[in-house]
Amino acid sequence: MAFTFAAFCYMLALLLTAALIFFAIWHIIAFDELKTDYKNPIDQCNTLNPTVERVKKIKRVKIAIKLVLPEYLIHFFFCVMFFCAAEWLTLCLNLPLLAYHVWRYMSRPVMSCPGLYDPTTIMNADILAYCQKEGWCKLAFYLLSFFYYLYG
Amino acid sequence: MWWQPFPNLSQLSAALGGLSGVPELEVETLRPVNLVQERNLLPPGPWSRTFRCTLTSIPQTQALLNKARLPLGLLLHPFRDLQQLPVITSNTIVRCRTCRTYINPFVTFLDQRRWKCNLCYRVNDVPDEFMYNPVTRSYGEPHRRPEVQNSTVEFIASSDYMLRPPQPAVYLFVLDVSHNAVESGYLKYFCDSLLENLDKLPGNGRCRVGFLTFDSTIHFYNLQNGLSQPQMLVVSDIHDVFIPSHDNLMVNLKESKELVKELLAALPSMFAHTRESQSALGPALQAAFKLMTPTGGRVSVFQTQLPTLGAGLLQSREDPNQRSSTKAVQHLGPATDFYKKLALDCSGQQIGVDLFLLSSQYSDLSSLACMSKFSAGSVFYYPSFHHVHNPAQLEKFQRDLERYLTRKIGFEAVMRIRCTKGLSIHTFHGNLFVRSTDMLSLANVNPDSAFAVQMSIEDSLADSSLACFQAALLYTSSKGKRRIRVHTLCLPVVTQLSEVYAGADVQAITCLLANMAIDRSVSSGLPDARDALVNAVVDLVGAYRTSVSNLQQNGLVLPSAMRLFPLYILALLKQKALRTGTSTRLDERVFAMCQFKTEPLPQLMRLMHPDLYRLDTISDQGALHLNDVIVPQPQLLHLSSERLSRDGTFLLDCGSVLFVWVGRACSDVFLRDVLGVHDYASLPPSMNHIPELDTPLSERIRAFLDWLQENRAFSCPLHVIRYFRLPTTHYVIRFLSSPYIKQTNKNIVSFNQSSVVHRL
Repeated sequence: MAFTFAAFCYMLALLLTAALIFFAIWHIIAFDELKTDYKNPIDQCNTLNPTVERVKKIKRVKIAIKLVLPEYLIHFFFCVMFFCAAEWLTLCLNLPLLAYHVWRYMSRPVMSCPGLYDPTTIMNADILAYCQKEGWCKLAFYLLSFFYYLYG
Repeated sequence: MWWQPFPNLSQLSAALGGLSGVPELEVETLRPVNLVQERNLLPPGPWSRTFRCTLTSIPQTQALLNKARLPLGLLLHPFRDLQQLPVITSNTIVRCRTCRTYINPFVTFLDQRRWKCNLCYRVNDVPDEFMYNPVTRSYGEPHRRPEVQNSTVEFIASSDYMLRPPQPAVYLFVLDVSHNAVESGYLKYFCDSLLENLDKLPGNGRCRVGFLTFDSTIHFYNLQNGLSQPQMLVVSDIHDVFIPSHDNLMVNLKESKELVKELLAALPSMFAHTRESQSALGPALQAAFKLMTPTGGRVSVFQTQLPTLGAGLLQSREDPNQRSSTKAVQHLGPATDFYKKLALDCSGQQIGVDLFLLSSQYSDLSSLACMSKFSAGSVFYYPSFHHVHNPAQLEKFQRDLERYLTRKIGFEAVMRIRCTKGLSIHTFHGNLFVRSTDMLSLANVNPDSAFAVQMSIEDSLADSSLACFQAALLYTSSKGKRRIRVHTLCLPVVTQLSEVYAGADVQAITCLLANMAIDRSVSSGLPDARDALVNAVVDLVGAYRTSVSNLQQNGLVLPSAMRLFPLYILALLKQKALRTGTSTRLDERVFAMCQFKTEPLPQLMRLMHPDLYRLDTISDQGALHLNDVIVPQPQLLHLSSERLSRDGTFLLDCGSVLFVWVGRACSDVFLRDVLGVHDYASLPPSMNHIPELDTPLSERIRAFLDWLQENRAFSCPLHVIRYFRLPTTHYVIRFLSSPYIKQTNKNIVSFNQSSVVHRL
C-alpha cells in the first residue's frame, strides 16, 4: 500500500475523530448532569474549591468552554488537511459543519473570555434542550465520519 | 378516602373563584363580551396576592393549552409582608419521601396513619408526633394541624437545612464620592437617613456594618471599637485591589455604634471640596466582594455617573437622536459581562448587591443592572437627581431609603417551586439565579420583589382532577434563624376550552406577557416584541371566535374573563419599557424593564392601568372597619375620560404617585371642607397633601388615602392638580397622558379591529 499523503490524512482524521467523539460524549454528559442536577453535589466537585456553596454549574460551564474551542479547532484542522490533500468530497462533507461552528461562535452572548455558554441563561429549558439536541446530532455526525474515514 | 380537601370539584371552583356557588355569577364568567357594545369595564378581583396562576383552570393537555392561545405561568411574591403567618415549631417537618413536598392543605389522608402526596401521588406515613395537635391539644386528628389548615406557613428549620451556621446580618454601603456625587448632594441625605434608621436596621446583636467610599481610589474605614475616631485607609492601586486590614472594616454595629455615627456625621463634609471626577466602580465592587466573602450579606451601591476607571469601565452608548426612533432600540443588553460575572460570584458567596443610580446623564444602566439581576438585589433609579433642582426626586429618594433600610430581609436563601407530575417549569423571570431546573438561588430576599415563571404541560394531566403548586423559600432571618416559608396553590384541571377561558386571570396573563416581551426585546428587538404582544390579542380573538362563540356577531367578542385584555395590552405598549416613537431615554427605558420584572403584580397593574375613584361623593356605605377607623371604599370607576366631570373631584392611583384632580365646577362645600380653600381660584398651584380639617368629609378622604398608602410598600407622593392651570402643566400632562384617561372604548376597539381585520 502506497503511503500517500491522502492516506496519511485519513488515518490522522480517524484518530482525531475518536477524540471528537469523546468530546461529543462529554458534552452530552455535561448537559445531562446539568439537567438532572445530582442530589449530592459534594461528590461532584473533586478538584479545586470544595466549598459546597460554590456554584457547580459555573464550573461545569467552564468545562464546556474548555471543550468547545479544541473541538472547533480540531475540526478546522481536518478541513485544512483535506484541502491540502485535495480530497474534495470529504472536504465538502465537512464544510457545513464548519459553517455551523462559525455561526455558533459569532452569535454567542457577550463574554470576555472565549466561550459559548452563559451560566445565567443556560438553565432556560429551551436553550438546554437545544444544546442537548446539538450534542446528539454531533455525536451521530462524528460516528458516521469515523466509519467513513475507516473504510474510505 | 378518609379525608379529602374538596370532596367535589364544584366546591373547589367555588372556593377559588369566589363564586360561592351563585348560579348567576357562574354564568357571568362564561358569557362572551362584545367590546364594541360594552362601555363599563372594571377589572376583576380580588385575587390572592402571594401566588397567582395565569389560568385558574389548568387545561388537561398541552394541545388544549395551545388551542386556548394563552400563556401558562405563575406569578409569585413569596416574601411578601404578611399580617398573619402561622409559624410551626415542631421537631419533624413532614415531607413526601420522593418529591420532598411539604405537607399542605391539599393532601389526601387515606386513614389516620397515611397520607398521599398531591404532587407525585406517593403514599407516605404520618409520623407519631404529627398525630398530636398543639393548637387544639387533641390527639388523632392530623388533618386539623396548622400545616394542613393553612396554605401559607412558616417552618422553623432544623440544622439539616443549614450548610453552615446561619449568618448574621451584614450590611456594606459602597458610596460614590466623586465630584459629580458631591454636586448632586445625595451623600448628606443618605447619611441623615441612615443615622435616623440605624437602630431599625433588621438584625440582632451580631449585626455588622461597613462603609466603603470610592472615586478614583478606594477608601476603607476602620471603625474598631476603642478608637477615638474613625480611621480612613486609602487604597490607590485599583488594578489589584487588596483589603488593608482584616477585622476592623466590617464591625459589630452595637459595639461600634458611636464610631459609626461619627463617621456618618462627618462623611458629607469630608468630600465637600473634592475635585476627583473619575469613578472606579468596578474595583470598588471587587473590594466589596473580598470584604463580604467570609460571611455574605447585603451590599448597597450608590452611583452617580458612568464608571470610567479600572475594571468594568463603561462607555457612553446612547445616541440622543435615536430616543424617539420607531425602529429597534439599540444597547438594551449589557456592554460587558464584568458585572454579570461579579453578580454570579456574589451569588455564590450569598452576597446580594442593590444598586441606587442617582445620575443625571446616561450611565449604561443595562450593564450596571446586571450586578443586581443575578445576585437577587434591587435596582433603584433617580433620573436627573439633584438635591436642589429636583426636590421631587429627592423626596422619593428619602422615602425609598427609609423603606429600604427598615424592611424585612432574608439571607442565603434558596427557593424551590414544585408542581404536580406532568407540569414543568421552563423559564424564570425576576432577579434571581437559576441553579438547577427548579431551584433558584437568592442571595437576599426582600418583601418587595416578585417573580414569574412559565410552565408547560409535558404529560397529560388526565389522572388527576387537581393541579398543585408549591413554592418553598428557605432563608436565614435577620435574627439568624433558619426558616422555611411554604406557599401552596391548588387549581382544578379542566378538559373544555370554555372552562379554560372562564378561569383566565387577565392581570396575571398581562404581566407574564410583559415579562416575555421584555426578554424578547432584548434578544430580538423592540418592534418584534411589540408585534408579539399585538399578536397575542389577535390570536386570542381568533381562537375564541373559531372555537367557542357560535354567534356570528360583528365586533370584538372576547370571553368575559378576558374582557380587559386588549386594553391592558394597549396600556402595556404605551409604557416606557416598550414604547416607540416617543422620546425615551435609554436608562429610563431599561429601568422600566427592570421594574416590570421585579415589581409585584398589584403595583404593576396600577402602573399600567391606574385606579380611578370619585372623591366628592365619598360616603360610608360599604366602608371597612379597621382598628376603630372607618375606611370608606369608594367605587372603582371605569378608566375613561367619559367618567370625569367638571363638577367632581377624582383620585387617580398610579401606583407610584397619586393624583387628585379637582374639576372647575366642583362644589364650594367640598373645596372648603376638604382642601381648605374658599373657591376654585384660590387653590395653590402645587399642593402636596390634604390638610387636616375637622370635617367628616375630610376625615373620610384622609382615612381612604392613608389606607391606600398603607397597603403598599413604598409610600407615594400626592399631587392635587387643577384644570389647565399653567404652573401645574407638567402634572396635568402626566395626569392626562399617563393612564389612557382619554382612551374611550371606541378607540381601543378601532385599534384592535384594524389590526385584527388586517391579520384575519
